[in-house]
Amino acid sequence: MVEINRTVLYNFHSEMGGKMVPFAGYEMPVQYGSGIMQEHLFCRESSALFDVSHMGQIIVRPSMGRNDSVAEQLEKLIPVDLKNLGENRQRYGFFLNEDGGIIDDLMITNKGDHFLIVANAARKEIDLKHLNEKIGENVDAQLLDDRSLIAVQGPKSEKILSEFFDEISKMKFLDVRAFSYKGKEIWISRSGYTGEDGFEISIKDELTEEFATDLLKSDYVKLAGLGARDSLRLEGSLCLYGQDIKEDISPVEAGLTWAIQKSRREDGERGRNFPGAAVIYDQIRNGVEKVRIGLIPEGRAPVRGGVKLFKEQEGTSLIGEVTSGGYSPSLGHPISMGYLFSKTRNDFGDTIFAEVRGKLLPISVVDIPFVPNRFKR
Amino acid sequence: MKYTEEHEWLLKEGDTVTVGITEHAATELGDLVFVELPEEGISVKKDQEIVVIESVKAASDIMAPLDGQILEVNSAIVDNPTLVNEDPTGEAWFFKMKLDKPDEYDDLLDEAEYKALIG
Repeated sequence: MVEINRTVLYNFHSEMGGKMVPFAGYEMPVQYGSGIMQEHLFCRESSALFDVSHMGQIIVRPSMGRNDSVAEQLEKLIPVDLKNLGENRQRYGFFLNEDGGIIDDLMITNKGDHFLIVANAARKEIDLKHLNEKIGENVDAQLLDDRSLIAVQGPKSEKILSEFFDEISKMKFLDVRAFSYKGKEIWISRSGYTGEDGFEISIKDELTEEFATDLLKSDYVKLAGLGARDSLRLEGSLCLYGQDIKEDISPVEAGLTWAIQKSRREDGERGRNFPGAAVIYDQIRNGVEKVRIGLIPEGRAPVRGGVKLFKEQEGTSLIGEVTSGGYSPSLGHPISMGYLFSKTRNDFGDTIFAEVRGKLLPISVVDIPFVPNRFKR
Repeated sequence: MKYTEEHEWLLKEGDTVTVGITEHAATELGDLVFVELPEEGISVKKDQEIVVIESVKAASDIMAPLDGQILEVNSAIVDNPTLVNEDPTGEAWFFKMKLDKPDEYDDLLDEAEYKALIG
């Protein structure tokens, strides 16, 4: 029996016309009245408000001593530079298993006397267990149960939030600041998962609906659901955990080696000391037989996750698999993302074939992202 | 107009029916981005999957509502799938078919029965 959870905005979503669907153990809005296409396009041209409260917010405090020991402890599990992550700065990272596979991908913030980790909904309990098992003696990790998370994404997001908070415009991509709303502390990061400039706002549960209602008074922002969130992140070629990345895919295979800073590489001053390090370093040194690619179907049929890729139209040589796919509202045609089982994306030429409903359809291998990101660096 | 439990509507003229999907189905599916229609002239059996439609969210099949022969398909919805969302019971019909047993049309759901089905 799987328990189905609701965020504090559940009734609000229903009142606003949200169509609720199960996702990662939660009932979440997949879309509202105007539909995925309009919500997507409005995010790209103005701003969209998403409830992402299903995601985990994990606070990691030192169980003794100073905060730099938290960075040191987290570095035992996460192969990114956290020691030199500035206070109120955020960074992308991941927990790895002993084989170098991705347990979860994360946003990690240094909040001075503690760290804040934002984790995927379906993985947050696993992450917490992992933290406790591996470094639980040295840190106190706690999954917050009194805070919601709202994402405001799109070019007008800065303008909208500036109505409520001073100095929003001074924040750069991956800056994090605390502000006050109705007397309570809210945490705003300039980040998100749509490829647009935008913000994620951690706010006390009891204020969340009021805050969302306040934001939506602006004509520049409209509600958007998980459907638009998925098509937006796919256009930006951002990996979705459970589809594009999972326990049997390493960050090197997923094209996420950039997230492992120099200090955490094999010859870095704080390399080696994380699960799967030997595998990861070997993969960086020798390359891997897996490469994440973008795909554009030549026809109009979307080519979705799970579809197999072949070298020839006869379908004899299996050369890869699609992990995410759908329709791109911004580009007006279908797009997909997946893996080729080869060292580089050019090994099989520019046109390969995707098996859709028993037919092999031509599909072009292309560079990603499909839509360039517009972060305010 | 008659309906199926699979959310198709049928409109009969002589022994020919025009078939499309209901407004309820179009709303539930969301924005359509792809439609694949059967070949004109083929014979089809009831419940045979003959149309593929994909919305932004997912792919679905549409089945032949009764036995018969496909006479004509509406290429306008292949060129512009969103027409199905805009006018599902008018401009965005899917296909016309000649029924093998025209009487079977009468056994389909009427409007009141269909409305009761979708609540």
